[in-house]
This record gives sequence, structure tokens and C-alpha cells, in this order.
Amino acid sequence: MNAHAPLPATECGVSVRAEHGQRAVFCGLTGIVWLHRKIQDAFFLVVGSRTCAHLIQSAAGVMIFAEPRFATAIIDERDLAGLADMNEELDRVVTRLIERRPDIRLLFLVGSCPSEVIKLDLSRAAQRLSRRLAPDVRVLNYSGSGIETTFTQGEDACLASLVPELPEAAATDELLVVGALADVVEDQFARLFSDLGIAARFLPARRAGQMPPVGRGTRFLLAQPFLADTARALDERGGQRIAAPFPLGAEGTTEWLRAAAEAFSVDAARFEAVTAPGLRRSRQAMAAYAEKLAGKRVFFFPDSQLEVPLARFLSREMGAELIEVGTPYLHRGHLAAELEWLPSGTAVVEGQSLDDGLDRCRAARPDLTVCGLGLANPLEAEGLTTKWSIELLFTPIQGYEQAGDLAELFARPLERRTRLEV
Amino acid sequence: MQLTVWTYEGPPHIGAMRVATAMEGLHYVLHAPQGDTYADLLFTMIERRAKRPPVTYTTFQAQDLGRDTAAIFKDAVAAAYARFQPQAMIVGASCTAELIQDDPGGLAKALDLPIPVIPLELPAYQKKENWGASETFYRLVRALAGSPAERSPREGRRPACNILGPTALGFRHRDDLIEVRRLLDGLGIAVNVVAPLGATPADLVRLGEADFNVVLYPEVARSAAQYLEKTVQQPFVDVVPIGVGATTRFVEAVAALAGVDPAPVLADAPSRLPWYSRSVDSTYLTGKRVFVFGDATHALALARVATHELGFKLVGLGTYTREFAREVRAEAALNGIEATITDDYLDVEAAIQAAAPELVLGTQMERHIAKRLGIPCAVISAPIHVQDFPARHSPQMGFEGANVLFDTLVHPLMMGLEEHLLGMFREDPEFHDGAAPSHLGRGPSGTAGAVERAPKTPPLASAPVPSPIPIPGADTVRTAPWAPDAEKELKKIPFFVRGKARANTERFARERQLPLITLETLYDAKAHFGR
Repeated sequence: MNAHAPLPATECGVSVRAEHGQRAVFCGLTGIVWLHRKIQDAFFLVVGSRTCAHLIQSAAGVMIFAEPRFATAIIDERDLAGLADMNEELDRVVTRLIERRPDIRLLFLVGSCPSEVIKLDLSRAAQRLSRRLAPDVRVLNYSGSGIETTFTQGEDACLASLVPELPEAAATDELLVVGALADVVEDQFARLFSDLGIAARFLPARRAGQMPPVGRGTRFLLAQPFLADTARALDERGGQRIAAPFPLGAEGTTEWLRAAAEAFSVDAARFEAVTAPGLRRSRQAMAAYAEKLAGKRVFFFPDSQLEVPLARFLSREMGAELIEVGTPYLHRGHLAAELEWLPSGTAVVEGQSLDDGLDRCRAARPDLTVCGLGLANPLEAEGLTTKWSIELLFTPIQGYEQAGDLAELFARPLERRTRLEV
Repeated sequence: MQLTVWTYEGPPHIGAMRVATAMEGLHYVLHAPQGDTYADLLFTMIERRAKRPPVTYTTFQAQDLGRDTAAIFKDAVAAAYARFQPQAMIVGASCTAELIQDDPGGLAKALDLPIPVIPLELPAYQKKENWGASETFYRLVRALAGSPAERSPREGRRPACNILGPTALGFRHRDDLIEVRRLLDGLGIAVNVVAPLGATPADLVRLGEADFNVVLYPEVARSAAQYLEKTVQQPFVDVVPIGVGATTRFVEAVAALAGVDPAPVLADAPSRLPWYSRSVDSTYLTGKRVFVFGDATHALALARVATHELGFKLVGLGTYTREFAREVRAEAALNGIEATITDDYLDVEAAIQAAAPELVLGTQMERHIAKRLGIPCAVISAPIHVQDFPARHSPQMGFEGANVLFDTLVHPLMMGLEEHLLGMFREDPEFHDGAAPSHLGRGPSGTAGAVERAPKTPPLASAPVPSPIPIPGADTVRTAPWAPDAEKELKKIPFFVRGKARANTERFARERQLPLITLETLYDAKAHFGR
């Protein structure tokens, strides 16, 4: 515990260090809260404990009442004692669920810590139920357990479970954009790609029956940094990843689009013409906040794997100074371009030892601390200004039109602190 | 397996966290997988606590399972002791750690720390949050206050009691405590220890010094009080002082145990509720159909307040606290109804629909159910959201609590009346959507201002308040036409009850499949629906 094994620094002069210990992070089940809104005819059934149900309820807040498309099959002592056959119980629960919600076309059985530890085979259950419910409902499974996934990795596991099911692509002239984006962001990107002359499809699609095809030579572009397993699954289907930074801020968006444009041989003039208006607007929108964020010292606690691209955005486009960039997991390949853009000497910490991280944060007294909701109020009470990180997952932040909003999310707590006189 | 969207209670280790977070100088080491730290934000966000809960999680991951999770646990206990230097620790497992069968108690004992380390057995697949809180508090009291204490003779000193039950994340526990302290102070009774809220493990050692115990929340503290009654001969009062009647009984019971006179505390109309409830403005509350659901303590107390102190009619009563089902069933029987004992919100929704109440008193969830059904609602029990940890003083208990309850229970109804009037004004030629407020003269464009302003000067509230419950399928059934004389008569009815009269008459005609609504139908319907 707390062994701080130093790793060799990368070529770009960023120091990456792994840390072990207590982790204050969400588990992958939390991904359901935004994924169910993205895939409109999917249902997410967690097979877990009362704790799992309580977590999703806490994370989903008031959303839980708008006929949500997620639920928990709570394992009870009868299941554990073998008094009830768990597979029969699961079939009974799923049958009842599908009767109640005949509009469901895709059902995810989501594994949890309890179901993983007792080795309940959800993949076989998914196959069995898929056969029984075909052709109306397809049943897939993935794990959102805390022992295997951290927060956004739940989306990765979910999308990776979709990949083997995707139809085979006939041709390779389509771009596949991977990662759940807010509909408004997805539409903006769809327009930009269309203007560039690139036919783009998005994974996940908004409906189960419209998932994009993939095949040998399909070029895909990751829209999110936490999609390691999904990318691997796409590789296995013959997909080719287009290396790019992530579309956060004006610069990130431009280079992300450029990577796709180059892969599809869009000529430079056309690229400039298509991106110029968005680029101009995003710079204009960000300018007001750059003033407020310039020179501010920022500390990131690990949460979503978005930390490195966000830190890059804050440092390069907002002029902020980075004290420490924590991330629950660092995919060095997918984040190569991002790491290169971080200022030389930036301390990147992979993993967490909560109390040690808090000690470093308190000692550094950052101007802005990006952290989870369990830490935010306690740190505020100690006089530190915080930005709660979960909002960065629920708010549209990618692309040109959101670059100003993204900057504002970080500027707002600082602005608030200067406003309050009590 | 149980299919669940919403749970009224968290798992039992959340109950343990509520006790640990309430206390000072106690640390909880929880053997739990990565992700279970979500529970921290219940305390830091919903209750807006300024400190992290005193909980260390082992946050083991899959790669640790092949190795020694027991070692991770021992390291976590040792590190937490070294860092936080608590007076005592509690250790236990969450649902997943329960399955991997490390023994937190044994492992912690092996470390031989120089403080009491109390192991918790919280069966996560059988029990829930309130049970976890009760069990944790009981275990703490048992471990720390176990030996009979020497009580000084009663002569020449004030009687003293302990207040047991308030926790972190408790619905209005902070302000209830202030009110109960005020009552005890008025009776001349000293408070020895309040626990768990604000107590240290050292304080728990002193519990035996009090003459008796006051149990505010039986769900949390009754078993600890029973233990203290048995071992240190402390009697306890568990009358929950919510409402004027219950507060009076509480004061009398406490005074009896302390051997003091309750009269000074009860003199001079200590609550405004009785007068407010008697004032003529409240006449329209008579017989209002109310549905009550929540934890047992609050459901029982509010059922009594609603019926005996506001004159409502109880049409539904229930709880998700199975441990107290018997008492809730008995109270329901007294009101001639059957209790709803369930932790499935769909059952509660069905029960509410069947009872067709005009007011729902419940938890955060009943608030949403009532919103969906268009019924006024007030929140009277956990689970609750952030707005029910208010900044202002808002107790449920004591005489001030009764004042708060009067406002809380009547406010949504006034709002219900306002909303209904709003709907009727909208149909009225003088108050339609497009009409500008009269004091603005004849404005060129209609604004919503007229509609918003209208209900702020409502007519006297003595008019029977119509129920906003929709009639299922009403829209799809053809309504008979109105005869001209009946239509004319309808217009003579004051505009603020006209809509109700029209709806009732049409419903009456529909149910009887009358071909035409005549003058006679109008008055037949009035007689039929009249209260």
C-alpha cells in the first residue's frame, strides 16, 4: 500500500507516477446514468446488491422517476444460500421486466462486484435470454463492477460488449466516431464531417437497431479517452484507430477533426474553410474566461480519465498552471498526443492513495481543485475552491460550440468565490 | 432476486456510516470494493457536511482478489489508526467483502491497537440501512457503556438523562435535538450525553451516569435503550414528540421519570398549531383525505397529527420499516384502514391511486408519485433530498415542530387551491391567459401576469376545495350536452367553484349515461357530490 513506484518519464518530459491505496472514485455502474439516455431503446439491468441500487439512485438523482431504463436485480440471501436457482431467478426478473417494458430492444445485464465475486455467469445468461427473447430483444452483458471498472470505464465495457454484435461493414469509406456524446455535440460533429465530405457514423447509435457497421479497414476516431477495451475490440474486427488528441477546446477539436480529415484525404483548403467559423467562435467564447483562468494553479484528483485532456486544455488554451494531474488509469497509447501537449515537468499520477493525495493538495493550496463530490465540500470548507468533476461527464463539453462552456465550468467557481462577501 | 428501481433504504453499512459520521473521535474502516465511496457524497452533498465522513475504505480491486485482501484490510486499519488517532474504531464489511469472507473483527484484533475496536456484523443481503444504524449504535453502547455506572444520589442535584437516536443524514435530527433540549431544559432536566450525534466514544462510556434515557428515533436507538435498561437500570421514554399531543405526552412521561412537574412547560399555549387549526380559515381542512407513508416513527406521528390535530381523514398509512410493521398496522386499524407495509415504491403508488387522497405525506419518492398524479404533497420522512436539509430552523419535534408541521401540511393544500383557481380563472373571460392585470390598464399584448397574479388574492378559503385527481379515462368518454336552462343556471354559480360544478355534473351525467344535462341533473349532481 502507498508504494510510489516511479515510472520512467515519457519522451515528452511529463513525469508519470503510479500510486496505490484508497481510491475515492465511482464504479463503472455509474456510466448507466448517461448511457441509458444515449441509447433510447436500451435497458440496463444491474445484477447486484442493495448497495448497487443505492449507488445508481444516488448518482441518478431525480432522473429515477422519469420511467428510467435501468434497474437492479437485488441478490438476496435466498440466492446466495442456493435456495433459489440464480439463473432461474434472473430469467424470472427479466421476463417480468420485458413484459412491463415491451418497447425495449436491447437489454444489458450489467455485472457488479457481488455478481463477479460469486462468479455468476452473466454472459451465458445473456446468450440464453437472447435466444429466448429473439428477435424482439437482444441481451448483452458487461461488467460495471468497482473491482474491475472505474467510473467511465463502465461506458468502455458497455461499448466493447456492443462491438462483436455490430454488422459487418461492406466498404471502408465511413468514419466511425466512438464514445457517447451529448446529442447536440454529436449533431455538430455530424455536420462538420459532412461538410468535410466524410461519411461519419457514431457508436453508440441512438437506437439499438441502428448501430454502425465495422469491418476490416474501418477507420475509427475516439471521442473519449476512456475507451481502451472498445478500441481493442474494434481492432479485433479489423478497425484502425486514427490517433488524435481529444476534441476539448478549440485546439483539441481542430486537431481531432484534422486527424480524421487527413485519414480521409480531405484537402487543406476545404478543411480550413469548414473549421474556420467554429474555430473563430470558440476562440471568441473562450477569451472571456482565459483572463480569469490565466496563471491559476489547478490540481486534478483522479475520476474519469478526462483529466489529462482537460489539463492540457486548461494549460494551453486558458493559461492555467498544473500542479498535479491525477487519473484513475492512463492509456499511454491513446493519450500520446495529449501527454505531448502537457507542459514539460507536469506531474501525472495514475491511480490514487486518497489521504496522500489530500496531503499534497492541502500543501500546494491550489487555486482550483477538480475533484469528486465526496471531497468538494470538505475542501471548500478548508478554503480551497473546487470544481466537481462529475459535471464534466453530464454537460456537453466537446467541440467548438462548447469550448466556451467548458472554460466557464472552471471559471465559475473562481468567479463565485470573488463574488461572495459572506 | 428482487427487481428494484428505487430503494427506500441503503444497505446496512450506510446505517453504520450514519452513526460514525454523527460521532466525533470514532473511525470506521470498511472492507469494500472500489466504488463504495459513493456513500461519502450522501453526507457531503445531501447533508452538506463540511468534513469527509470518518470512514476509510479498503477499495480493493479485481487484481487484489487473487492476492491477500485480508492484508489490505489490516494495512488500512493500521494506517487509519496512525493518521486519525481515534478514541475507538468500528470495522466491518460491505456487501461484496461479506462474500469474500475476510474476518474484519479478527483481523483488526490481531493488530492489537491500544483502543477499542468494535467489529460489526451487518448482513447486507438480509438487512437494511436503519437496522445497520441501530445495530451499530447498540454494538457501540454495548462495548463502551457496558458496566453499571455509579449514579450519584438524586437529592440535591438536577435529574439527568441521555438523548439517544439522532444521527447523520437523519431527517431534521439537527433541529429536533434543539427542540427536545429546550423541553428538557424547561423541565429542569440536565442532558448527560446526546448520542450518536456529536458524541465521542468517551461520552458513550459516561452513558450510565444519567437517570434515564430519552429515545427520539426508535428505529435507531430503541435496542440500545433496552440494553441500557437491562444492564444499568435506566428506564427510557420512547414517546416520539411529534405533534402537540405527542409532545404533551412526551413532556408528561419525561417529567414522571424525572420526578418533576410538567405543568410549567405545558402552560400558556406553547404551540400555535391548536389555535391555527381552530381558526375558521382552517375549516376547509376538515375531512381532507390524507395518505401517510414513511419510516415508522414519522408515519405514525404524522398520522396522528393529521387526524387529531388538523382534522384530516386518514385514507392510507404505511411504512417501509418492516421492523415496526405491527405498530403501524395497529394505528391503521384504529382509522379503519389497512396499512401498506412495503419497500416497493410501485406498491405505494398503487395504494395511493386506490386511496385517492387529496394530500400525500411521504418521502422524496411519494413527492414524485404525488407530482405524477397531480396531488398536493409534503415530505415528512427520509429518504429525502438536499432541500430537506434546510438552512433555517425546521424541527418536526416539540411545540415549535408542531408549528412547522402546521405550515408544512397546509402549504401544499393552499398551493393546491391556488393551482385549481388558476385553472378556473383561465376559463373565465376576465382572467383568461391573454388578459392583462387590471392595474396595468388595457395592455396591448396579453401576458401570463394576469394568470399568475390572480390567485394571490384568492376568495375565502371556506369554499369546498376541489380535488385535482384526474378521472381515469374521462377524456375518452363522451359527455352529454347541456340544456340551455342548465347552462344558464351554471353561470349563476360563483366563478371560482363553477369549474368544479361543471366537472362534477358532467361526471354524474356520464356515469348515468344521461343523454342531456338538465337543470335537474345539475342539482342532482350537487346533492350527490355534496360533502
